[in-house]
Amino acid sequence: MAVETSDPGIALATDTPSAAGMSRQHLLIFAGLLALGLVAPFVLYPVFVMKVLCFALFACAFNLLLGYGGLLSFGHAAYFGSASYVCAHAAKAWNLTPELSILLGTGTACILGIVFGSLAIRRQGIYFAMVTLAFAQMVFFFSLQAPFTGGEDGIQSVPRGRLLGLIDLSADLTLYFFVLAVVFLGLLLIYRIIHSPFGQVLKAIRENEPRAVSLGYRVNRYKLAVFVMSATLAGLAGATKAIVFQLASLTDVYWTMSGEVVLMTLLGGMGTVFGPIVGAAIIVTMQNYLATFGAWVTVIQGCIFVVGVLLFREGIVGVLSKWFKKPL
Amino acid sequence: MFELLGIPPQALFGQLLLGLINGSFYALLSLGLAVIFGLLNIINFAHGAQYMMGAFVAWMLLNYLGVNYWWALLLVPIAVGLFGIVIERLLISRLYHLDHLYGLLLTFGLALIIQGLFRNQYGISGLPYQIPQQLAGGQNLGFMFLPNYRGWVIVASLVVCLATWFMIEKTKLGAYLRAATENPTLVGAFGINVPRLVTLTYGFGVALAAFAGVLAAPIYSVNPNMGADLIIVVFAVVVIGGMGSILGSIITGFGLGLIEGLTRVFYPEGSAVVIFVIMAIVLLVKPAGLFGRTA
Repeated sequence: MAVETSDPGIALATDTPSAAGMSRQHLLIFAGLLALGLVAPFVLYPVFVMKVLCFALFACAFNLLLGYGGLLSFGHAAYFGSASYVCAHAAKAWNLTPELSILLGTGTACILGIVFGSLAIRRQGIYFAMVTLAFAQMVFFFSLQAPFTGGEDGIQSVPRGRLLGLIDLSADLTLYFFVLAVVFLGLLLIYRIIHSPFGQVLKAIRENEPRAVSLGYRVNRYKLAVFVMSATLAGLAGATKAIVFQLASLTDVYWTMSGEVVLMTLLGGMGTVFGPIVGAAIIVTMQNYLATFGAWVTVIQGCIFVVGVLLFREGIVGVLSKWFKKPL
Repeated sequence: MFELLGIPPQALFGQLLLGLINGSFYALLSLGLAVIFGLLNIINFAHGAQYMMGAFVAWMLLNYLGVNYWWALLLVPIAVGLFGIVIERLLISRLYHLDHLYGLLLTFGLALIIQGLFRNQYGISGLPYQIPQQLAGGQNLGFMFLPNYRGWVIVASLVVCLATWFMIEKTKLGAYLRAATENPTLVGAFGINVPRLVTLTYGFGVALAAFAGVLAAPIYSVNPNMGADLIIVVFAVVVIGGMGSILGSIITGFGLGLIEGLTRVFYPEGSAVVIFVIMAIVLLVKPAGLFGRTA
């Protein structure tokens, strides 16, 4: 993806960080998003907004890998879904508190990320995409057959439990603010990673891998590190989702889920900070309103893919970013 | 009756046959992917959808127009191949100057559209396609029963695979193709119309997928999702074999089908994932793939 993201118009716009390590416009946008997040549950159905939040985190985690690492994984459902299953199982069968369940799920995604990542980075480009997809399908078959996943039914009616054993999360609004906090912290962490020296090296590798090698960077270590971070954060999103919907199902690990997160990132703008959030919001909203049309949703998603790839490769935020001549 | 490791021979050979059948499809599909990848440098994610289209068009020809299986075997690859050519000209050809991953995303989108449209029209329950009467029945081989149609699938797939190999490795057209894979600019300078070659290659790859679809129609029920899961396994097959060699794709396809069949005999729970596990091992030992060349 190096060709597209290295747009000189964006690269030239100075991204001067303020004292807090965040440029002013980014600080404003984050503040705006937080305000939006605080108001949203009083205007919209909280569970819907929580779904948007989980997928926004998922897409941002994916974008960390694709947009900044330049690695197209077609199997991110594996981390999202496995975390979702483990979290659901921990909360339901072991009666763990939600934060512990989420941590366990996230940890599972992290370990899976280490195993699959260290194998997948041995191939580049198209092969990398195929390898990650194949591993994700392996996780899917495992989830279909494993004794604790409930096969086609998935794990249903997962208890939301009490946060830290104290705060009852069964009310939608209480849970909402917990989810908002988790997702927001996740987004800030991703922002921090992107703008750290580590993130700069990632961009260097994305732009010109041989040069990064010649400068003495151990490229594969960086690739693996960003892969594991991305998988872990995707797992955080999946685990949180399991608590919100009280459900972990095969949909979470199927390849369509991997495709959806690619679509969200492409639509919003890969390699942009806020693009995946926009993409996730649009796709989730679309699925919500078009749910009654069945397979047409798939057709529409396919069309967005085709049009996006042919005409709209920068994505929504990418285009906005060009207009304002500011990296967003 | 003799037994092998406590497995009755009927079960063993039955599963091996099933493995060979699956292997036939892996070989045909990974061959198509390899041919397309060689020249276009894209992975055709729509390959599974085009395989499904092959089966559906055969079903439509039979049920709407009364065209029998044998004609379908000839006409369907041509029709679906032409569809591929249109797609290549209209859409894919606009992406050659970009990162190859965009080709993957585009064809993924196409796969979603095709599958979605067929699902709207025909649902997901699957439609039956009768085995042609010439191939009904089967042979008793003494150690196992071989349904004629299954034997035919293996033979047909082998013949088509080897014919493709012969065409690419031994004919003049194939020589152009291999040359264009190595250095399209230079081949163009010799007066060969490379873009047309690229288009025809894509059409041919798609036609192979459609041919596999027609072969599959009487064995599996014809349904819109039949290609989606298969293509992911084929991706793993392609990673294992490496796409550098035509003969390599064929051997890997059949070989992995057999291994999958054997796994189903000795450890049924593992049969769905055995190919992915082999892929992991190959990545560890020989990352470029068994027949691949390191880039």
